[in-house]
Amino acid sequence: MKILVCIKQVPGTTAVEVDPETGVLRRSGVPGKMNPYDLYAIELALQLRERFGGHVEALTMGPPQAQAVLREAIYMGADGGCLLTDQAFAGADVLATVKALRSACQCIGAFDLIVCGKQTTDGDTAQVGQELAELLGIPHVTNVIAVNQVTQDKVILQADIGDTLFTLEATLPCLLCVDGGINTPRLPSYRRIFDRGTADLPVLTLSDLADSDPTHYGLKGSPTQVERIFPPLKNDDRRRFTGTGQQLAQTLYDVLVEEKFLEVNHG
Amino acid sequence: MGELRIDSKKLTPAIIRELVDLCPFSAIEPLAIGITINSGCRFCKLCVKHTSGAIEWTEQPPGSGIAPDGWRGIAVYAEQQNGRLHGVSLELLGKARKLAAVIGHPVYALLVGSGLADAAKILARHGADAVYVCDYPELQYFTAEPYANAFEEFIQALRPSSVLVGATPLGRSLAPRLAARFDTGITADCTVLEMRPDTNLVQIRPAFGGNIMAQICTPHHRPQFCTVRYKVFSPPVPDGRVGDIIPLALSLEKRRGGVQVIGTKPKPRQVDLAEAQIVVAAGRGVRSRTDLKMLEHLAELLGGQIGCTRPLVECGWLPPDRQIGLSGRTVNAKLIVTAGISGSVQFAAGMRSSACIVAINSDPTAAIFDIAHYGFAGDLYEVLPRLFTQCGKGQIHV
Repeated sequence: MKILVCIKQVPGTTAVEVDPETGVLRRSGVPGKMNPYDLYAIELALQLRERFGGHVEALTMGPPQAQAVLREAIYMGADGGCLLTDQAFAGADVLATVKALRSACQCIGAFDLIVCGKQTTDGDTAQVGQELAELLGIPHVTNVIAVNQVTQDKVILQADIGDTLFTLEATLPCLLCVDGGINTPRLPSYRRIFDRGTADLPVLTLSDLADSDPTHYGLKGSPTQVERIFPPLKNDDRRRFTGTGQQLAQTLYDVLVEEKFLEVNHG
Repeated sequence: MGELRIDSKKLTPAIIRELVDLCPFSAIEPLAIGITINSGCRFCKLCVKHTSGAIEWTEQPPGSGIAPDGWRGIAVYAEQQNGRLHGVSLELLGKARKLAAVIGHPVYALLVGSGLADAAKILARHGADAVYVCDYPELQYFTAEPYANAFEEFIQALRPSSVLVGATPLGRSLAPRLAARFDTGITADCTVLEMRPDTNLVQIRPAFGGNIMAQICTPHHRPQFCTVRYKVFSPPVPDGRVGDIIPLALSLEKRRGGVQVIGTKPKPRQVDLAEAQIVVAAGRGVRSRTDLKMLEHLAELLGGQIGCTRPLVECGWLPPDRQIGLSGRTVNAKLIVTAGISGSVQFAAGMRSSACIVAINSDPTAAIFDIAHYGFAGDLYEVLPRLFTQCGKGQIHV
């Protein structure tokens, strides 16, 4: 079974700030790290390889320094990694990112299973996996919490969707978006760091892709445009109420309805 | 739409160092001669503001995309399970009505599933001009492909300008597939939506774990997809108008996908206190163990979890996994109601990042009132029973 894991390098901390004057991000000065949700995806892929055999490949799109997360995946146990990088991919929204990933998947070859993390900690959209499945024309399942069985052409799994646990059977190839916390990601192995070292990993650029039209990728290929970024309004309002028990209860009721924690039934 | 241009004539070694240092994403790389901008660039344009003027932003007309003409209407995906509408569906209808009023567009609702007659009637009474119903036994359970096929038929037929979907597990699974299918943009988890007269939908969402808000538009593509968080907008109050209910046909082939449901079971409600969205916390102001029932009742009303301060765990009233504070769990809830808690530094450290803090405490000088968004200086034994009476009167459901 060939398994592809899509991973991303994210800023080392989400504690970034926007300058309220200029509306630009303040430099955090923290180096990038593996998106924490991707660790669960890698661990799931490695466990599936151990149980059912196969090959695990990691794919990331990002600047040259994003190679670091591919190495981490390899030190954890992935068989290989591929970096998708080109200035033409910069500033990509979900659709433009997915178009680049789709093109890269076509270059790397066919996979039985593609595994993605739940979301990233920088963009937070939790949409890339589903869109990639659509563009590849394969089924997807989100909120995967366990894989029970993999056969020649099917995978049986558990998904936690809302207030229901589903047992699902998906035909291969398919794409899974796994929830966080579903396993305990292994640490990179010293043995593998020693064995695999820092040898160069395969790199794909725009010219390697079957569709090498730069207007399909990056900022130019992004339907959504970020018009501005700004700091969130902090809820610094402090309101104090005094009165009789009845008055306080009425005010508390109004506050809970106003803040949508209680719902008035209109029938 | 635009691009960054580097004016190499303006570059000096000092300016190059400053620019490399300035970029929050380490996307500016020095070369043997000059600099390059790599794919780490997020177009924050901080470098454009550098006094050297070495990097310029040039606006360009869009290369591709669809004119907004011919796309009309605000569509709401009305999520349901077993024929029962999800609360976000009516909230989206309420918002869609307001957005549609700006541009004089109709509001459509789409229902996909099995046994949807009652849900359709509710939508028709709550602001939908037309409710499209794709009702087949095979669609009883959500799987992404058949639901996306129904959604596609709907969009092809109606050509709505904007499409609103709840940011629920189902909506987040479904909506991105549609956006990719229509080669258009989607903005996840919007908390604010505004309509411009030119039909562009202004979408505001948190990013970087809520540390930054981003304002996003999809100016040259239609439909404009977004997912919207539950309990952000208000459901509409029915105004007596009743929309049309129109069946939507879907071929047998399109009702099938690569995923089959082979079992379902309801999820146990208990979750880790640290992940609870709504928490009711009890402190020493609660006089006896049996009085905790009152707080458990409040937690039930709000759909939340019960937590407590350290002394209550030490008395053995509640198990240690219910303790909030430095030596217990840290909660980051949407709502925490503290009752009979004075608010020690240790307790506050475990809950002060919560979005909405409501405190009830009889001592008006208690520290908890310094961090509470809503402070009620009163006796919880006076306030809570009367709150429950009030709730009973108003026919509350959560």
